[in-house]
Amino acid sequence: MSPLATPHTVDDTALLRGSPGLPGSGFVRVTGIAVDHDTPRPFAEGTKGTESDESAAVLRAVVKDFGRGSSSVRALDGLDLTVAAGSFVCVVGASGCGKSTLLSLLAGLEQPTTGSVQTTGRVGLMFQEAALFPWLTAAENVALPLRLAGLDRRARRARADELLASVHLAGQGNRRPHELSGGMRQRVALARALAQEADVLLMDEPFGALDAMTRDLLHDELESIWLDRRMTVVFVTHNVREAVRLGDLVVLLSSRPGRVASTFDVDLERPRRIDSAEVSHQAAEITDTLRAEVRRHAS
Amino acid sequence: MRAELTVDAVVATGPLRASGTQGAIGTGSAGTVQPHALGDRLAQELSGLDALERTGAPTNRGRRDVARTLCAAAWPRLLAVVLAIALWQLVVALKWRPDYVLPGPVAVARRLGELALEGRFWTAIGVTMRRALTGFALAVLIGSAIGVLASRFRTLRAAVGSFITGLQTMPSIAWFPLAVLLFQLSESAILFVVVLGAAPSVANGLLAGIDHVPPLLRRAGHVLGARGVAAYRHVVLPAALPGYVGGLKQGWAFAWRSLMAGELLVIIANRPSLGARLQFARELSDAPGLLALMIVILVIGIAVDAVFSRADLTLRRRRGLAQP
Repeated sequence: MSPLATPHTVDDTALLRGSPGLPGSGFVRVTGIAVDHDTPRPFAEGTKGTESDESAAVLRAVVKDFGRGSSSVRALDGLDLTVAAGSFVCVVGASGCGKSTLLSLLAGLEQPTTGSVQTTGRVGLMFQEAALFPWLTAAENVALPLRLAGLDRRARRARADELLASVHLAGQGNRRPHELSGGMRQRVALARALAQEADVLLMDEPFGALDAMTRDLLHDELESIWLDRRMTVVFVTHNVREAVRLGDLVVLLSSRPGRVASTFDVDLERPRRIDSAEVSHQAAEITDTLRAEVRRHAS
Repeated sequence: MRAELTVDAVVATGPLRASGTQGAIGTGSAGTVQPHALGDRLAQELSGLDALERTGAPTNRGRRDVARTLCAAAWPRLLAVVLAIALWQLVVALKWRPDYVLPGPVAVARRLGELALEGRFWTAIGVTMRRALTGFALAVLIGSAIGVLASRFRTLRAAVGSFITGLQTMPSIAWFPLAVLLFQLSESAILFVVVLGAAPSVANGLLAGIDHVPPLLRRAGHVLGARGVAAYRHVVLPAALPGYVGGLKQGWAFAWRSLMAGELLVIIANRPSLGARLQFARELSDAPGLLALMIVILVIGIAVDAVFSRADLTLRRRRGLAQP
């Protein structure tokens, strides 16, 4: 399987400084694009990289205004971003940076005012709320995209059970959304998004409303599923540690109007822990940049 | 490009499957665990958390519990009926009106017993119920079609929206002169007014239900691939169902009222109905019969309404909108 690697150089000393508890031998870093035997998957490239022929999403000079005339608000202004296929990209930024707008554009729910948005393959989207259909059971929720795709009842049921098992919810299929906890609902939503076999999975602060314990476990869950399936993930969050915990690449958006302020490669061994020194260290670096960005807006 | 996924793989090989070269595993810090152990641990932790967070009481209640719930729900109603009858008896006992104008509960109950043994009485109920159901069914069809179309096309909504509400507030009895002109004293005249009475409520209920569909669910449906008709079939209409049931319930009330007004006015020869019998009872000064018929009309109205209320409650419980 693909070792985690990036074509960009990162601050090696910073990584070493940030991992006092780790003996050097246990830490494997490979630079250069990873070559895999069966599925080569280059990693995410931000604005600084060249456009990969395996890019899952490309945004070019995207401008998005809401409203018309003098009352219009510019949410995004000249945003450029290339998301490589199979990469896990986290988008962070302060309020008003247009994180959610970015996802709506990628999902095709909104059209850019100017500029272009291209995605390759099927696109799935998860929200902060699970957005499960309350009139369906958990299994029926998971089966809905399969139903819309024309699968017959038996195949749907079998597949839904499989998917629920993959998010550790085997045997919970007959429960209704209101009978599940917030974390369980998000896992059903994840299973439902997986049912679409989306090539690009967009996640809009999916764990933002969960308690820390549940969130940590869902990070593990999401990471393990992503490592297994290698779909492209674009994960929006305001939590920098969460971004470093999960992403190969963290994209920092500037606020009002939103554009890419900087990108950070996260070159840490997986599985990661949100409370590890390496994650904390890199998160601190990104937070500093983010704060500098916020200070620009002080009057 | 996309690897075919098997569920077992996720659980069995866990998150370490892609953690790079073998050297990454086992040679690290003290905290490093075997891959399958890590997957198992995650599974255990998740299921532990699920068990701790599980809300909701046991879902299947015993038969005794159901009986107890029914009793608890029944006694306040029974008490209200007893109080109403007592009040009625009190008014009669005070001789506010002579007995032959306002009979007491006992006389009315005796008359009700006589009616129940009469074949023509049941025929009358049959005719009235058939009219009610036909009219209501037609109103549901027309009202639903208008509701769906008006929700789909903004111009249509703007054109007929306030008109529907206007129709709803119009007393159905005001339609009867026109109905009699158009259809003479016929079944069609009654049907016409029943449908006009009920259809606007059904359309408005559906429109209100669709207006209140959470935008998040629409977006979720869109992303999952429900577009156009499929979006209506799988997202919008199911989400609008509680509002629609409210509209049906109100539509039934309007249909039943319109029908009673119609049967009083449009009396067709040799076609007994509850309304017609009510009119005859008045003409023959059969006060106990009149009151007995009114009780029958009230009970039928309440019984049908109870069916809708039950459906509404079941619906809301399934969606977690009402206490189980």
